[in-house]
Amino acid sequence: MKQIIAVLTVIAAIVVVWYAACIPMNIKGVLTEQERAGAEVLPPSAKDRRDMGEIGLTLNNSFAIPATWEQDRPRLPAPHQVAIEMWETTIQKKITSKRSLIYHGWVTLSATMLGFAIGTGLGILLAVGIVHSRVMDLSVMPWAIVSQTIPIIALAPMIIVVLFSVGVQGIIPKAIISAYLSFFPVVVGMVKGLRSPDAMQLDLLRTYSASRAQGFWKLRLPASMPYLFASLKIGVAASLVGAIVGELPTGAVAGLGARLLAGSYYGQTVQIWSALFAAAVLAACLVGLLGLIERTVLKRMGMAQ
Amino acid sequence: MTTGDPVIEAKHLDLTFQTNDGPIHALKDVNLSISKGEFVSFIGPSGCGKTTFLRCIAALETPTGGTLSVNGMTPDEARRNRAYGYVFQAAGLYPWRTISKNIKLPLEIMGFSAAEQEERVNKVLELVDLTGFEGKFPWQLSGGMQQRASIARALAFDADILLMDEPFGALDEIVRDHLNEQLLALWARTEKTIGFVTHSIPEAVYLSTKIVVMSPRPGRITDVIDSPLPKERPLDIRDSTEFIEVAHRVREGLRAGHGDDV
Repeated sequence: MKQIIAVLTVIAAIVVVWYAACIPMNIKGVLTEQERAGAEVLPPSAKDRRDMGEIGLTLNNSFAIPATWEQDRPRLPAPHQVAIEMWETTIQKKITSKRSLIYHGWVTLSATMLGFAIGTGLGILLAVGIVHSRVMDLSVMPWAIVSQTIPIIALAPMIIVVLFSVGVQGIIPKAIISAYLSFFPVVVGMVKGLRSPDAMQLDLLRTYSASRAQGFWKLRLPASMPYLFASLKIGVAASLVGAIVGELPTGAVAGLGARLLAGSYYGQTVQIWSALFAAAVLAACLVGLLGLIERTVLKRMGMAQ
Repeated sequence: MTTGDPVIEAKHLDLTFQTNDGPIHALKDVNLSISKGEFVSFIGPSGCGKTTFLRCIAALETPTGGTLSVNGMTPDEARRNRAYGYVFQAAGLYPWRTISKNIKLPLEIMGFSAAEQEERVNKVLELVDLTGFEGKFPWQLSGGMQQRASIARALAFDADILLMDEPFGALDEIVRDHLNEQLLALWARTEKTIGFVTHSIPEAVYLSTKIVVMSPRPGRITDVIDSPLPKERPLDIRDSTEFIEVAHRVREGLRAGHGDDV
């Protein structure tokens, strides 16, 4: 009960700050609209208003405050506007509609899942190589680190152009960008996990004359599971970001990234915000789902109590 | 009991580690012969090479000089022939395996059949008095029980030699006494040759037929004491005159080896 109150308090505070922020953000646009509609605004000259601060304008025209939460194309939409837009574009639209957030979410999700699968597979393979081969440790790890220092927004168009020139398009380029972001946490976490058994554990296996393969399957791999799940949670969120970024440079017609882009072309801020929230909800669901799988797996393994 | 060829024989054994601060003589001119069925304790201060010597027998370290034979073979060959089971200071059970699966670990690696694995697990669990705990995970057991499970794991594949590196070092006195008693009973039943590293004089005297006193810099043997105590040893034997005499001699040996350091 205490926890629920705490959570609700934080949410309420965010909503209050959000509504408050809408007033100065939107007041200029609202006053222009009100003036055109024939209302008396202070100061009456658009030029004077432009030079005035938002706080001052608000104090002069407090009658216009409710209107800052009801604009068609606000600079900052109010929470209820985003909520209504999300309701209308999820529950009230058919899933097949091009305006359905669920449709766009699914497009992004499928690229995310494919990219996440590729990234996780690649990450685990690289980690196994790095742990078992000194050469790979020295040669691959630095490149893996370098790969993450390049801004993905700069790299994504190149990946898409290069792949397009060899005839690959559609979901694959997005998935590759998504994999590019998600393999790294998996590599780092898995390397750490596979190296987590201490010297005594390794000595014990030596006293059994165990092979390296037996050491891997019986000791290193199970010992790495908690590390793997921690990495997967970071990786899946990164995958989603990758898929969204991958939708931007193509001018994609579908996906949450495409909704963001279209929204910004047409000044549809409500659409942008609802796409952002849809992405956040999706990420939360994915991380939550992984957390659930983690608990189940570790409990089955006897590693969680 | 102590007749026949030695099971473990070290002649002029040297082991020097090369470090950045120069060479460290972990073992220097160690000569020792251990017969079948003996219970040999290695005692001495840190850095005296007692653990290193045990690790040499187990082929976890490679001596730099001298010869060492285990069951008439090199330590490496002996290991491949499953000559010994090794018990470490920590139980080191896998948290993702139940007790019975933990004991099966060496059996799986060595390729025993499923039926034989089951049979052996039941046998060794009974030996260490853990019958009924096969389905538990390690965290559900006390420290002493975990260490008993790790002894069972070392016994599972029927090696003739049991090497124990301060197995009860991390346990409290009462649990330790209890485990010492159990270990003696287990030794009597299985007739294994046991190499046992310890810090504790009473533990060494209580358990051993032979006590090897070692001292550091360089790691070497300063005294080898054949215990006059009978094989049957109730806990209160520790109050007998013989026991106190042996303990005194061990203490003297440790002091002499320490030289000016004390």
